[in-house]
Amino acid sequence: MGVAVAVDGLQKSYDTVEAVKGVSFSIEEGEVFALLGPNGAGKTSIVEILEGYRKRSAGTVEVLGMDPEKGSRRLKERIGIVLQESTTEPYLTVEEVLRQRTFWYPRPSNVDDVIGLVGLEEKRRARLRTLSGGQQRRLDLALGLIGNPDLIFLDEPTTGFDPSARRASWVIIRNLCSLGKTVLLTTHYMDEAQHLANRVAVIAGGVFVAEGTPDSLGGRNQAAANIRFSLPEGITLQDLPVPARPDKVAGEVVIDTQEPTAALARLTGWAVERHLELAGLTVTRPSLEDVYLELAGDAAERASQNAMKATT
Amino acid sequence: MTNDLELLGRQVGWEQRSYWRNPAAAGFSFVFPILIMVIFATTNGNGKIAELGNISYTQYYIPAIVAFGIMGVTFTNLAITVTFKREAGTLKRVRGAPLPAWIYLGGLIGNSVVVGILLTAIVIAFGVIAYGVSIPGNIAALIVTLAIGAACFCAMGLAVTTVVPNADAAPAIVNLLFFPLLFISGTFFPISKGSVLTKIAGVFPVRHFITGTFAAFDPHARSSMRGGDLLVMVAWGAVALLVASRRFRWEPSTK
Ligand SMILES: Nc1ncnc2c1ncn2[C@@H]1O[C@H](COP(=O)(O)OP(=O)(O)OP(=O)(O)O)[C@@H](O)[C@H]1O
Ligand SMILES: [Mg+2]
Repeated sequence: MGVAVAVDGLQKSYDTVEAVKGVSFSIEEGEVFALLGPNGAGKTSIVEILEGYRKRSAGTVEVLGMDPEKGSRRLKERIGIVLQESTTEPYLTVEEVLRQRTFWYPRPSNVDDVIGLVGLEEKRRARLRTLSGGQQRRLDLALGLIGNPDLIFLDEPTTGFDPSARRASWVIIRNLCSLGKTVLLTTHYMDEAQHLANRVAVIAGGVFVAEGTPDSLGGRNQAAANIRFSLPEGITLQDLPVPARPDKVAGEVVIDTQEPTAALARLTGWAVERHLELAGLTVTRPSLEDVYLELAGDAAERASQNAMKATT
Repeated sequence: MTNDLELLGRQVGWEQRSYWRNPAAAGFSFVFPILIMVIFATTNGNGKIAELGNISYTQYYIPAIVAFGIMGVTFTNLAITVTFKREAGTLKRVRGAPLPAWIYLGGLIGNSVVVGILLTAIVIAFGVIAYGVSIPGNIAALIVTLAIGAACFCAMGLAVTTVVPNADAAPAIVNLLFFPLLFISGTFFPISKGSVLTKIAGVFPVRHFITGTFAAFDPHARSSMRGGDLLVMVAWGAVALLVASRRFRWEPSTK
């Protein structure tokens, strides 16, 4: 498999803001890569540099073996772009704008297929100015797909979707990968990254704070699991067969363990022997969301401390 | 791949479709000149203009409306449409697609030209049939003058988008530049030759477009092609093109 996107030491500064501070990554052909980060992290800056809209301040960038800054027609024929903001050609219909676009590309997709794929069959003859926000986003997705691209950029593709439309577009994006297409998407939604991406990079304050598969991100698969339950009456923490700590807020006790299976066996064995019921017994791992909030939060804290130092 | 000229033709077709469905654009740039023509012609139709050799008012007025119509669909319509499309992000999206920029802009310009031709035909037919305006003596001169005028005002329309900050400001700025010039350039009634207004108007291309078009119709003119007028329009068009090619923006302004 070749490399679809290669980025090395990428930096982007605007007048006063250093938005991207030396980011490196590469995306294999056929991979779905997610950029996950809070508002203002630099996601759109990176994506729009790769799309050829913005000039980089430093670093090297290759998209399908070409430099996007040159704006070549050959590159544009092979990429599909879904911008963060929607736009309309208000007086044409869904079908018309898609048909118009098929003439712009050498090997376009079929208009009916694309309309079906994004679920706009009922709106095919509607003028764009009459579409709802979510329908407009679906059209954006359709416009990104109409050229039958090898590489697709999706900047927050499901923002503004209702839950079922989000699920539906996940199916679309998964289908794209099964066709061998490469996808770079940005999102604020952890579940979206987890569901769609082969690889996730968490970005905050213009730098990557973590990168990996959704499961391994931030060492999540090594992190301690939590066993929680309510302490039965007449039992104290010292009576338990495994070390535990109280969680006063939840009114429960928590066992932090690297070996949840063994810990659970000892705990439940001990309870069954004594005919005790452990109310509200659960085992949880930190979710990707927890990991993400921690990572992004740390980075934001560091950034604000640096800013404080800079001003004093 | 469809070759580029065919692609340009298609783009003009899409823009036409879009144009006729947009009541604001078609209403202002197409219906408005026709309306103005009918109103002025019915109120002043049988007057004579002594200063121009006692020709009928309509003989003066019809060429002026032809020029006005073309300026409206090229300068005003193009400037406002392009600014709207820029601010709506449509231009940005086009920029990310493989359609060459010149074909996209060519589609918009082609649309203006098609509407301009239609408008010209309607205005001339109205003048000739309803008011006995003389058919232009030199069709070639008329076509050359209108073509140069259209090119000049298209370039100016694109150039002016570079100074319009956002979509809300577009109609105001464009009309504020355009209407005072229309008045002092004698679009709606002739302005006496020696006046200060005429001297000021002489600097700008609007007046030259009107006098140039008038000459192509004028039954008394010695030569119907006015090189001086054409030259002024070419000069303005060239400067506008330079400004547009240097400063044209494809992305919405950041607030
Ligand atoms: N054109 C611009 N001019 C000046 N500053 C900009 C510009 N674009 C972005 N920035 C700044 O760069 C930083 C990164 O912005 P960017 O849009 O890349 O973030 P993002 O991760 O896409 O955020 P969001 O999730 O809100 O879309 C922000 O501080 C932003 O204010
Ligand atoms: Mg963004």
